[in-house]
Amino acid sequence: MGEVKISDVSLAFDKENGESTLALDNVSLEIRDKEFICFIGPSGCGKTTLLRTIAGLETPDSGEITLDGERITVPDSKRGMVFQEYSLFPWNTVIQNITFGPRMQGMSKGESLERAEKYLKLVGLEQFRNSYPYELSGGMRQRVAIARALANEPKVLLMDEPFGALDAQTRNTLQNELLDVWAKNQITIVFVTHSVDEAVFLADKIVVMTARPGKIKKVINVELPRPRDRTSSEANELRHKLLRMLAEERRN
Amino acid sequence: MSKDSAKGLSGRGIELLSLATAIVIWQLVAAHIVADKFLLPSFTDVLFAFLRIVETGALFTDLSISLLHFGIGIISALVIGIPIGVSMGWFKTANRAFDPIIEIIRPIPPLAWIPFAIIWFGLTHISAGFVVFVGAVFPIIINTFDGFKSVPKIYVEAAKVLGCMTSVPLIRHVAFPSALPSIASGIRIAMGVGWMCLVAAEMFGVSSSGLGYKIWWHYYLHQMDFVLVYMLILGFLGLLIDRIFRWYVDGRLLKWRAGVVV
Ligand SMILES: Nc1ncnc2c1ncn2[C@@H]1O[C@H](COP(=O)(O)OP(=O)(O)OP(=O)(O)O)[C@@H](O)[C@H]1O
Ligand SMILES: [Mg+2]
Repeated sequence: MGEVKISDVSLAFDKENGESTLALDNVSLEIRDKEFICFIGPSGCGKTTLLRTIAGLETPDSGEITLDGERITVPDSKRGMVFQEYSLFPWNTVIQNITFGPRMQGMSKGESLERAEKYLKLVGLEQFRNSYPYELSGGMRQRVAIARALANEPKVLLMDEPFGALDAQTRNTLQNELLDVWAKNQITIVFVTHSVDEAVFLADKIVVMTARPGKIKKVINVELPRPRDRTSSEANELRHKLLRMLAEERRN
Repeated sequence: MSKDSAKGLSGRGIELLSLATAIVIWQLVAAHIVADKFLLPSFTDVLFAFLRIVETGALFTDLSISLLHFGIGIISALVIGIPIGVSMGWFKTANRAFDPIIEIIRPIPPLAWIPFAIIWFGLTHISAGFVVFVGAVFPIIINTFDGFKSVPKIYVEAAKVLGCMTSVPLIRHVAFPSALPSIASGIRIAMGVGWMCLVAAEMFGVSSSGLGYKIWWHYYLHQMDFVLVYMLILGFLGLLIDRIFRWYVDGRLLKWRAGVVV
């Protein structure tokens, strides 16, 4: 199960000069098990902050987030995270990066290696098992980061603009791969993106956020059948609708 | 690697020529212009002196004793300095507790400790090792501390969401490898400082043998050719130790940094 319930979460960051930035303002949302949710919103609206709070890396000032009814207070391996910036351990090889999570959970060397090989294969990077991150391209690094997060077999996978730094083609390929992984692993995915295209292609539900302070502006159910056609007229229509909303937010 | 060795000879040609020229000039100046073995021993004087200390075996005794002093000092500096640097870099309280003490002791030149070294440890190997230790420990502490302070937050957070939650595994699996380049350069600095302290400690009579001691001894005997031999040996040995260390660290421990411009 991977059911996330966000109830009335607010979070402000204190600034040096004594003021504070309200990043999340009373956010409430229910994410069902095995759902693919995309957050979209203007830059600086609090998407990363919300994701970090779900991960347990930030503590809300008020409100709470629960995973399957249990309150989230600190990070743990039930929620995997793929960060907005590159976060692979540069001193570890690809395979060592992927075994990291299982090892930390007390799995034996053999078991965690087996686990890691499985996810390495899933992202198609077997030939690079002993390479160091600096030897990989950006897309390959994000694939490894995804494999590393999955190797813990989390219930919820949190992804913060994981494909933001990639070219359009690599991005499309990885989107398809991610949908495969999602279908195979039966997990909940919470995905932050800037790209309307990406959200429409991936999500069951798109959550549009307002400009700072981050609030939920609208939740849109995406009814398009899978596998999705990026060019269908329904997809187009939805994209227009989203773009209009985002433009409106940018104006505010 | 293969590229390096391909251009090997032609690439090293200039360096070798320059070295040879320097030696020839040295020889000419010493033998024909200065013409005083006491003021400036010539290259051949030094060469003979070198063969002499190899023959008598003095070189090997002094070498091993100096390396023993150096080893005692550097190893104890590592054993004490790294844990202090780690705890200062990771725990705020430890930083606040150690910092004032370190700031007061650190500016004292290591050689100023020589009288106490002799009083505390007598004319023993430990005593010379202690002076090396005093010189080496601070660069190690400071660089370890810096390395730990500047561990990128993203790696710590990535480890946390992967289930690595408490200080000890975080230090071991994330902070330490991340800080290793900084620690390694601290050790390099420490070895350089320690090497200088070693010679001084041996010269000032903390020890009654070793390469540094021999410089002083031969000076009293007015055998400047021997003084120069020991000086050159100290230089070469220092260089060799540094090279071996760098080869080991860059080739093994920091392979992952091959992509980073140092
Ligand atoms: N550690 C922090 N300290 C202070 N302020 C912060 C911190 N992290 C985020 N903020 C502020 O909180 C707000 C939300 O930031 P957040 O990173 O969540 O935005 P975002 O929606 O992810 O933006 P982007 O799309 O550009 O990644 C911003 O105004 C930012 O300045
Ligand atoms: Mg962000």
